Amino acid sequence: MTQISRDDVLYLAQLSSLELDETEIDGLQADLSNILGYVQQLNKLDTTNVEPTYQVTGLSSVWRDDTVIDFGISRQELLALSPEVVDNQIKVPKVL
Amino acid sequence: MTISEILNQIKSTSARLVVENSIKLAKENESYHALLNLTSERALKRADEVDSGKITGRLAGVPFVVKDNFLAFGAPTTAASKMLENFNAPLQATAVEKLEAEGAICIGKANLDAFAHGGSTENSAFGPTKNAIDTDRVAGGSSGGSAVITALNVVPFALGSDTGGSIRQPASYNGVVGVKSTYGAVSRYGVVAMASSTDVIGSFATNVADAELVTDIISGRDERDMTTLPDFFKVQPNAKPGQKIGLVSDFMTDGVDSEVREKINQYVEKLRSKGHDVSEVNLPMAEYALAIYYIIVPAELSSNLARYDGIRYGHRAEGIKTLAELYGKTRDQGFVTENKRRIMIGSYVLSSGYFDAYYLQAQKARTLLINEFDKLFEKYDVLIGPTAPTPAFKLGENTADPIKMYINDIMTVPTSLAGLPAISVPAGTNKAGLSIGVQLMGPRQSEAMLLSLARSMEDK
Repeated sequence: MTQISRDDVLYLAQLSSLELDETEIDGLQADLSNILGYVQQLNKLDTTNVEPTYQVTGLSSVWRDDTVIDFGISRQELLALSPEVVDNQIKVPKVL
Repeated sequence: MTISEILNQIKSTSARLVVENSIKLAKENESYHALLNLTSERALKRADEVDSGKITGRLAGVPFVVKDNFLAFGAPTTAASKMLENFNAPLQATAVEKLEAEGAICIGKANLDAFAHGGSTENSAFGPTKNAIDTDRVAGGSSGGSAVITALNVVPFALGSDTGGSIRQPASYNGVVGVKSTYGAVSRYGVVAMASSTDVIGSFATNVADAELVTDIISGRDERDMTTLPDFFKVQPNAKPGQKIGLVSDFMTDGVDSEVREKINQYVEKLRSKGHDVSEVNLPMAEYALAIYYIIVPAELSSNLARYDGIRYGHRAEGIKTLAELYGKTRDQGFVTENKRRIMIGSYVLSSGYFDAYYLQAQKARTLLINEFDKLFEKYDVLIGPTAPTPAFKLGENTADPIKMYINDIMTVPTSLAGLPAISVPAGTNKAGLSIGVQLMGPRQSEAMLLSLARSMEDK
């Protein structure tokens, strides 16, 4: 069984840009240990000389003409999706 | 109601009446929580345009529903998450556009597990969907809302996405047809990405012929999704006689619900009575499929979900002091626990020191699984088995244990990892009246063949 420590959980949360709520940490520690323990069964498989599969389309090097495609979306529509906009620019909180 | 019955209704009354009726039915069935939002205003406007002759097509005036991870106009696209609760899509998914080009009318957005992470729709940030047959039970997932709204006959068809069983398993739990196409058959442009190497778009319908029509419309190459294949789908009017069919014995073990096995065996007998040659086959790698899946899919989704940073769109946490805090709090508030669990597993298996042992080993094991399928399809036209090991389970039954929840996808993930088409069709009900689905799986690009076989097996 893979043992994930509390520090491991906090490190993974940091790698994942997640600031976890204190109440979630214990549960995640147990869940991650169980899930990683479960998937370890793959170690039983002999994969010597087996090529990994990253995609299943059989397609390779898909090309298209280097032309502008009009997606029919205006700058205003895209800016309207942001939490805060000032003078056509996305405003972010001050962090320095 | 079938699509042709709806088209007849539109002819004898009006598209407006039919769409109004569908919206009314949706409201009457609100307690199932299958829909997150209605798109009534836009739907009725389009219905009037059908009636005035401005909109035409094979589905002119036919109402449908899309899973709320498809970008569509008329309501927010939330992916059932707080992260995108107020996200108003600036464009529509290609699959939605193609259906609209044939005159179909989207009346609402269906509930799902947040970001499609789950197998019961209990991970929705807005509450679970209830099973169409027994409201104490789950809808299945992640496309639970789409399955339930179709089963309740509110609409004749709905769109869903299937990364590891998210169309087929809820189809099985609610007694409708569910189609997971070949990887790359249907454009994913405008659909919230989860795991890019297995995400597939598909449909729910009340009968096979309707699923075929929808598949025909949404399939094909899209310049905006470079993983799409040239259009190969063509409805096959008649099922090929005397097919060689393999019953996957690994999906029929003692661990599988006995009534599920009984229904599959009855389906097999019916196939034999129609002249098909069914024999048992082994897929030993199926045992490892779930482990492969729960390495590869979290790895891919941890990367796809990195885009939700609180900067350009979606939720942004308030009162923060540092950049790390902005990202961390935004993501903590915007994701449900299952999202976090999967993202963190993804981060783990991709991190240095663990990459080879987990991620690379899983991709190699995936090759072994694909090789087994390929070998079977040298001898067999179709593989068959249950869609899920049990009928719909009780709400709350598996929420405390992620592995118990994941096990319900054990029969659907193998074809997802191999990019193969697979469909779930109703195979009857158990003594309690819960529906059981049979799964037909075929080689790449064989969905038309699978569907024609399933249609030939339907009770008329």
